[in-house]
Amino acid sequence: MAVELDVFVGNTTIMDEEVYQLWLDGYTVNDAVKVRMEGGVLDECEASADVLLSDTMDQYRTFQMCERLLHSPAKLANQCSNDFPLLCLSLFRYYAFDDAFVREVLGKKLSKGTKKDLDDISAKTGVTLKSCRRQFDNFKRVFKVVEELKGPLVENIRQHFLLSDKLARDYAAIVFFTNNRFETGKRKLQYLTFQDFAFCAGQLINNWTVGAVDNMVEDMDVDLDKEFLQELKELKILITDKDLLDQHKSLVCTALRGKTKAFNEMEANFKNLSRGLVNIAAKLTNTKDVRDFFIDLVEKFIEPCRSDRWTAADMKLYLTHYTNSAHILDTFKHQVVWDRYMGVIKSCIFKMYHD
Amino acid sequence: MPGKLKAKIVAGRHLPVMDRASDLTDAFVEVKFGNTTFKTDVCHKSLNPQWNSEWFKFEVDDEDLQDEPLQITVLDHDTYSANDAIGKVYIDIDPLLCTEAASVISGWFPIYDTIHGIRGEINVLVKVELFNDLNRFRQSSCGVKFFCTTSIPRCYRAAMVHGFVEELVVNEDPEYQWIDRIRTPRASNEARQRLISLMSGELQRKIGLKVLEMGGNAVVGYLQCFDLEGESGLVVRAIGTACTLDKVSSGSAPNTNTHVHPNTAPASNACNSPSKDGKESPLAHGCRSTHNSPVHSVCSSQRLSQNFSVSVPTLIFTGMGSGGSAGKEAGPLKTLLRQHTQTALEQREFPFFTLTSFPPGFLVHVGGVVSARSVKLLDRIHNPALGNTRSYKLLDWNSVTADEPETRDAWWEEIRQEIKSHAKALGCHAVVGYSESTSICEEVCILSASGTAAILNPRYMREGCLDIGSTDHRFEDPSPPSCGFCHIPYDELNMPFPAQLTYCYHCRRQKVPDVLFTTIDLPSEAAVTGKGCLIQARLCRLKKKAQGEVNATAISNLLPFMEYELHTQLMNKLKLRNMNALFGLHIQISVGENMLLGLASATGVYLTALPAPGGIQIAGKTPGDLSNEHHILTIQKRINDTIAKNKELYQINPPELTEEGLGSPIPEPRQRSRLFRSHSESSDELSELDLSHGKKDAFVLEIDDTDAVEDIHSLLTDAPPPTGFYSCNTEIMPGIYNWTSGIQMFTSVRVFRLSNANLTNQGLNKIFTDLCENLLKSFYFKLRSMIPCCLCHLNFTVAVPEEELIQVAVTAVAMTFDKDQAQEKPAEKPINKGSSENEEQLQFPLELCADVSSANTQPSSKVSGTVSLLTPAAKLCQNQLVMIHLPGVPESTNVSSRAASVDYGSFADRCSTWLELLRLKAHTIRRGSVKTSRRTQSLAHSVSSLERCSPLPEGRSRSLRSSRSFGGSSVTVVKMTPLSFLPGIRIIKYLGIINMFFIRETTSLREEGGVSGFLHSFIAEVFAMVRAHVAALGGNAVVSYSMKECVLMENPNKNQAQCLINVSGDAVICVRETDQEPTASMTNIGQTCCSANDGAT
Repeated sequence: MAVELDVFVGNTTIMDEEVYQLWLDGYTVNDAVKVRMEGGVLDECEASADVLLSDTMDQYRTFQMCERLLHSPAKLANQCSNDFPLLCLSLFRYYAFDDAFVREVLGKKLSKGTKKDLDDISAKTGVTLKSCRRQFDNFKRVFKVVEELKGPLVENIRQHFLLSDKLARDYAAIVFFTNNRFETGKRKLQYLTFQDFAFCAGQLINNWTVGAVDNMVEDMDVDLDKEFLQELKELKILITDKDLLDQHKSLVCTALRGKTKAFNEMEANFKNLSRGLVNIAAKLTNTKDVRDFFIDLVEKFIEPCRSDRWTAADMKLYLTHYTNSAHILDTFKHQVVWDRYMGVIKSCIFKMYHD
Repeated sequence: MPGKLKAKIVAGRHLPVMDRASDLTDAFVEVKFGNTTFKTDVCHKSLNPQWNSEWFKFEVDDEDLQDEPLQITVLDHDTYSANDAIGKVYIDIDPLLCTEAASVISGWFPIYDTIHGIRGEINVLVKVELFNDLNRFRQSSCGVKFFCTTSIPRCYRAAMVHGFVEELVVNEDPEYQWIDRIRTPRASNEARQRLISLMSGELQRKIGLKVLEMGGNAVVGYLQCFDLEGESGLVVRAIGTACTLDKVSSGSAPNTNTHVHPNTAPASNACNSPSKDGKESPLAHGCRSTHNSPVHSVCSSQRLSQNFSVSVPTLIFTGMGSGGSAGKEAGPLKTLLRQHTQTALEQREFPFFTLTSFPPGFLVHVGGVVSARSVKLLDRIHNPALGNTRSYKLLDWNSVTADEPETRDAWWEEIRQEIKSHAKALGCHAVVGYSESTSICEEVCILSASGTAAILNPRYMREGCLDIGSTDHRFEDPSPPSCGFCHIPYDELNMPFPAQLTYCYHCRRQKVPDVLFTTIDLPSEAAVTGKGCLIQARLCRLKKKAQGEVNATAISNLLPFMEYELHTQLMNKLKLRNMNALFGLHIQISVGENMLLGLASATGVYLTALPAPGGIQIAGKTPGDLSNEHHILTIQKRINDTIAKNKELYQINPPELTEEGLGSPIPEPRQRSRLFRSHSESSDELSELDLSHGKKDAFVLEIDDTDAVEDIHSLLTDAPPPTGFYSCNTEIMPGIYNWTSGIQMFTSVRVFRLSNANLTNQGLNKIFTDLCENLLKSFYFKLRSMIPCCLCHLNFTVAVPEEELIQVAVTAVAMTFDKDQAQEKPAEKPINKGSSENEEQLQFPLELCADVSSANTQPSSKVSGTVSLLTPAAKLCQNQLVMIHLPGVPESTNVSSRAASVDYGSFADRCSTWLELLRLKAHTIRRGSVKTSRRTQSLAHSVSSLERCSPLPEGRSRSLRSSRSFGGSSVTVVKMTPLSFLPGIRIIKYLGIINMFFIRETTSLREEGGVSGFLHSFIAEVFAMVRAHVAALGGNAVVSYSMKECVLMENPNKNQAQCLINVSGDAVICVRETDQEPTASMTNIGQTCCSANDGAT
């Protein structure tokens, strides 16, 4: 004796958020029923375990049916559905991701190979495999769709997946990282959170990509501006020209003197640090070095500063004066490129300078 | 007379990929009406084609306009092979034939394929130009309005109620034609869908003709059913109540729901549509309807004798404690007839009314439930009409010459006659709340009809009736309105059955029975103590598998016992809840190969006018046995406890009556009636037992065997609904008057497989009862977020689709109400409440439930409410504010207050608006406050003041730079309810009847999530298609929605399933009760939309 068929269809879909979350988290129906029972939902409503099982199965089926729609949310808006608001809400949840998980795949190719490693990632992060797969597929789906589109990346993601601003930005960061294959997995970068990277990605997208100058090109927000990268080579003069380097150093030191406890370390390290930053700039024409951008930043700049125990305020002070002083150098003609470069470097380093 | 039908194909969207190579589709459209077909150009390589075709014009007879649907087929062009069908849309153009209803059909229709379901959408415009005055036509009945609603529709008033109309048409079922062996399942399904669409059209036209003949202009309570008789054919039949309706001008009575005082009704006769010849003689109508049925009684009885036919002795449910009395009461009937003054009603062939609620004063007295069943053997329907000029030409049963085999008409006639005579036996001249149904298993068919015997106020009938009516003393003696209908219609001295009468507890002047059963809704004027509740009696009876006559005899032998036992159960459960009347009683008996299922549902109430029910007393058969005695005592205690608990639960605190207060101290003839288990006794004994009355005032249950003990246990197992829930199967819950606007309509289907081959009746009963109880529990659980709420119009349908399967399908609506005022009936209709509601909405508590960013929200911290937004496109329908309820919100008490249509101007706007709202929501939650932000208020302000500006900040509305465009789409939020009204919402226009039939078939059942997944998505698709059609008519809600048929056939081994669903309802435009009548622009929505669409293309 068994219930062979059991459906409940409302004119507007009834969705239990708790069950939805369990579904997203990859629980099986039976596990979900257990969790719900422990949650005490039965006592509230004088229901039996059968009722709960039936409800959970029904909800799971609804989610599975909605999933198709959630994969191409653009269609959502046109469905003859009373559930648009509900679907919007569920959409946000569906496309939400675990920072721990995204941190693992950030910058990696969204290929079959990576997908195979998901069980390792699942074990490492404690996110269920099912949930990992969903998140991975979401990344891949978004990546595929926006790949071919013109226009601003964040806007495209928002339009096509109806995501919130915040979520759209995060996805843009993921797409950007994936496209440029930034290295994020090295041990030295482990201390950085996804939000750190997302912020940096935002800076890079807004300032260094083709889209920063021309907003109608394909891939405008995904590829770095090649011309700009070429121009960055010119900055080398700041470290190759000895006079310029000394002049720059004295200007910065004059400005900093007496304003920070770490002045001595700053003065001592100036040339090293300056070489580090300018070298990063000069090398960005190589794809390989673009990938190492973050690791270079950490190795060449953040780590030395940290070992000298600069405070965040010190860092801010130093970088501000370091950037501004270059304008006073009369023989230095690449002010625009310098600003475009340092603007991003400054904010990235501020964001990344923490424990 | 001809009319011109014009159709224009605008665009398609989200078409499926038909060409694997390019991942695109080369779509074109065929538009077919009758035998004329037009084609659009092929729109190459697009999933969102823009055809923007010319106007295709069809010049056709209006007869065809009524019968035929407009058939739109979307195909994929293929140069080398046959074009592949993507899917179809059938558009019923009937609503366009009524001048008052929709003027244009325009909108996005889901493209439906019987194998793949919905595959994209198509934007279509349809208009009709009729050349001549509609009333002159003979063959067509354009202009007659149809309503599924079983009361006088709001915004109309009944000038005259003419009476019963019925019709049926028969055809061969395409599924069983020889050609079905060689054609594809798709072709077969489509043939069936099309045929049924044609047959319903024809049926409606014929009914319309009858209505015109009677001088009416509308059919109310239109009930259309299909009988899928398999080999022997397909029957589409319909019944309804012909009326003359006058539109209530909105200015004069904006808030009344058209219930006219009876006195004003005759005066309004002048406004009737010209009723031609038959006007002066009521008799003519009766005759006329006889003419329509060509089967003469002699002839039919002759036919009957050739075939096998069993008429089941029918019980009359009078609601008397004695249960049923067997059918033939010729003696008292005659005396009654003599005494009873003839009224016009009696001269009609069938004085039946499919209405379940009436204008005040219409219903004078109610006698009780009358029902009749008959078992028939199906015969192959001979269909000679094929090969006619119209190849699809249907066989109209009524037009066939007398040498045809016996007709369904004759069968129904027989049953109706029986019902009529039952009503007469109860001293009544009319039957209200009348309905008919069938249950078919192989070649056996059970025909059932039931209704409530009643005496009606003749002033609603023809003028001629008035004089006759006034000679009847009963009508001169106006009963107090709140109790009049309870007073017995039959003569006290010549009661048709033994009954216990008392003086009415309300007026103390007339006699009332101790219990009253009816099939109608509780009259609005009735005084009720406490609240009502759903009462169900469930019963399974095994029967041996058999064929032909043996089978039919077996079934007909079982039927009376089932009816009796269901009645007993109902009575016991009623007493257990301390109530004394049942409304909306619906008894369904379904036949399967090896069992019969009986399900009786009703809403129990305590009518103040009726005496308090006595308790239930348990009596043992062997009084000496001590252990038995003890056992009985415990049961008795449990029963008494339950009664006491129920009294509290349903707030039944009848005012204590002081005997002295009675005008004439009549000794209460409260008699003991015994209830016996019926299955061990023959019907002969039954009638004898009816006479055995004792002197106790309690109801006695005698325990004589273990079965009886089981029965009492099952009596006590019905769990009351959890706190905060009420349920009923009538339109609204007696005792709840302050509905708030939250509604959730749902359909639920459960199929149970009995694995145990040798089940007993008792075991089956338990399984069936548990199945129903668990379903109810599931609903309560699912809808817990709506508490306090009431499940209204719970409509259970049971079936035995296969040998070991029991299928239960339920459609109902959950409505929220205000708990605080729940106990008092407001003096007036809650009009003022609307304004407070309005105020509430002006502030727009923008409290959404889900915290998007955080994965784990605390239910307690969630707030909920109404979200509103106004998109730029809402300019189109200024008065229809956009209110969208976010369902699934825990603790949601205040839900969207009305249906409204949302026109989303562009995709971009639409989603950014939502983002806006959701962000706000997140903000609100973060602050842990219910207060809305400044932004919200400005949004709310812009909505409430109907400013026609976009609430979006400039930045958001920047145009989409993406290459894809989603512009020009409009989506309407369409509310659905099985009730005839929406709380807090006023219906301003009826757009026509929605009657849709769909077949869905799959050969990949597993991939679609098994039967559950298959049916779930099918029902969701049906909802979507209903909503799309309503929206295309310019409507924003469906009332009186019902699912008439849900036939599921599955073969999991072959990975196949097929399902047929038939739904119907009334498409309406409605506005919030507080809103002003929309301006003329309202009617032009469709046009505005289409011009918008034109602009977009």
